[in-house]
Amino acid sequence: MSLERSDVERIAHLARLAIDEQKVDSYAADLSKIIDLVEQMNAVETEGVTPMAHPLHMSQRLRPDEVTETDKREKYQRIAPLTEAGLYLVPKVIE
Amino acid sequence: MFEKTISELSASLRAGEFSSVELTQAYLERITALDGPINSYITVDAEGALAAAAEADQKIQAGETGPLTGIPIAHKDIFCTDGVKTSCASRMLDNFVAPYDATVVSRLKQAGVVMLGKTNMDEFAMGSSNETSWYGPVKNPWDLQRVPGGSSGGSAASVAARLAVAATGTDTGGSIRQPAGLCGITGLKPTYGRVSRYGMIAFASSLDQAGTMTRSAEDAALLLQAMAGFDSHDSTSVDEPVPDYCTTLNDDLTGLKIGLPKEYFGEGLDPAMAKTIEAATEEYKKLGAEVVEISLPNTHLAVPTYYVVAPAECSSNLSRFDGVRFGHRCEDPADLEDLYKRSRGEGFGDEVKRRIMMGTYALSAGYYDAYYLQAQKIRHLISDDFIRAFKAVDVIMGPTAPDSAFKLGEKANDPVTMYLSDIYTIAVNLAGLPGMSIPVEPVNGLPAGLQIIGNYFAEAKLLNVAHRFQQQTEWHRLVPDGYGT
Repeated sequence: MSLERSDVERIAHLARLAIDEQKVDSYAADLSKIIDLVEQMNAVETEGVTPMAHPLHMSQRLRPDEVTETDKREKYQRIAPLTEAGLYLVPKVIE
Repeated sequence: MFEKTISELSASLRAGEFSSVELTQAYLERITALDGPINSYITVDAEGALAAAAEADQKIQAGETGPLTGIPIAHKDIFCTDGVKTSCASRMLDNFVAPYDATVVSRLKQAGVVMLGKTNMDEFAMGSSNETSWYGPVKNPWDLQRVPGGSSGGSAASVAARLAVAATGTDTGGSIRQPAGLCGITGLKPTYGRVSRYGMIAFASSLDQAGTMTRSAEDAALLLQAMAGFDSHDSTSVDEPVPDYCTTLNDDLTGLKIGLPKEYFGEGLDPAMAKTIEAATEEYKKLGAEVVEISLPNTHLAVPTYYVVAPAECSSNLSRFDGVRFGHRCEDPADLEDLYKRSRGEGFGDEVKRRIMMGTYALSAGYYDAYYLQAQKIRHLISDDFIRAFKAVDVIMGPTAPDSAFKLGEKANDPVTMYLSDIYTIAVNLAGLPGMSIPVEPVNGLPAGLQIIGNYFAEAKLLNVAHRFQQQTEWHRLVPDGYGT
């Protein structure tokens, strides 16, 4: 299967990834090769096989709903690009 | 001092032959003198290392020591280190100083190790040659024209060139074993869930596992002992008791059943590599082991399956890098979407972008059943192959990689050719099993790795099998020209 430029642009948008206009063709070619590789899976009959969710077939552990973490907001926000009054700032979303 | 194993160094430190500060200083000087062309470190933390060494010396004086007290090691730059830059070899995290320690890091700190610095790697651990790093490629100390393997290429190269006593690594599809093979060191990827993933920057969460990169199996046992065990901070950490990995190292191998999968010796394997692996299995026969041929019939499906599961999980995991809370943010975003897109577009390199796009495609509406669901079903088949094999044999052996270290740029232009470098290692991650790579007789003057695969939680058995081989052979003691001491 081969991907078109428009497919790559759509996927990049879904992934919120700006890609270089000049590289779209090479991404399309590379991704098409990868898809050809993974499509070897199509030949396998998997009717009735359970999908493997965990290598050790474990289920998620539960824990009591208790506060165990201390407040580290200041430390964590020190590495943020832009904060104000304890909030992370992004461009205006609501007019 | 640079040729001593961890237990020899530990004895020297206790006997007062030299202090941890002297040992650490000597390693720091060696890094300054020799790492330039290799590029195995992204960050060297001389100040932190010397402070930790001084603290270790006080403990040694007070007699409060463990086997790792005062030993200088390096961490792959994928592990968060409180107060020290943690880049994952990406422009995205070039400005990221981690605000906490990964569990692996804090447990090793607790055990008294000294961190020399953070090692180079493929960007976000995506690569098999260490050529995708934002900080430039790592070179193989055995031949600077060649790659060290990846993604833990910096860790492997630093241990091989004696720029660290040992290093940590992570393995999602072969990222500990393949570079260990290509650099001639001992690499161990434990069972999925054996070592905590907390604070280890996630690539593919159902495959990622932290492990050790050392000069011997004995050193690996000592490091793993401190790293392994349940951690409530990692929801996939397994609550199984941790055995004493050192007490069984010398166990007799008489009657050990070794399985050689016929699929690992077929097309694509360098004949010289096949020969050196055969010689290694002959050595095991001398130790009393029995070698039988086995079959893992779904081997050819491992790489295709992996390149759905790993990118799918990566596209989800890497969505956290959005330019809002940490990491790279673009200049003057027009709106929120522009902020996301340009921050990510500028922050990630090509291979990371390819995998995010592949994963996004595989998970997108209309394709999920054909790709992700089918891959998870085949993963079950691959895993069943191993379960069946381990009913008949104790360990499985084969080559770690199809050939020895390749030249820089040789596979860089074709992602699929690069992906096939991990053809023998990937299935082990899909099944969640432990695996090792140990050095065997070199091929064309370059290191070669023997892969040893064990049953779930059989790390002690793997270490025993590797250690006995290293008691009989000298391959793990070979040092690249120019890096001997």
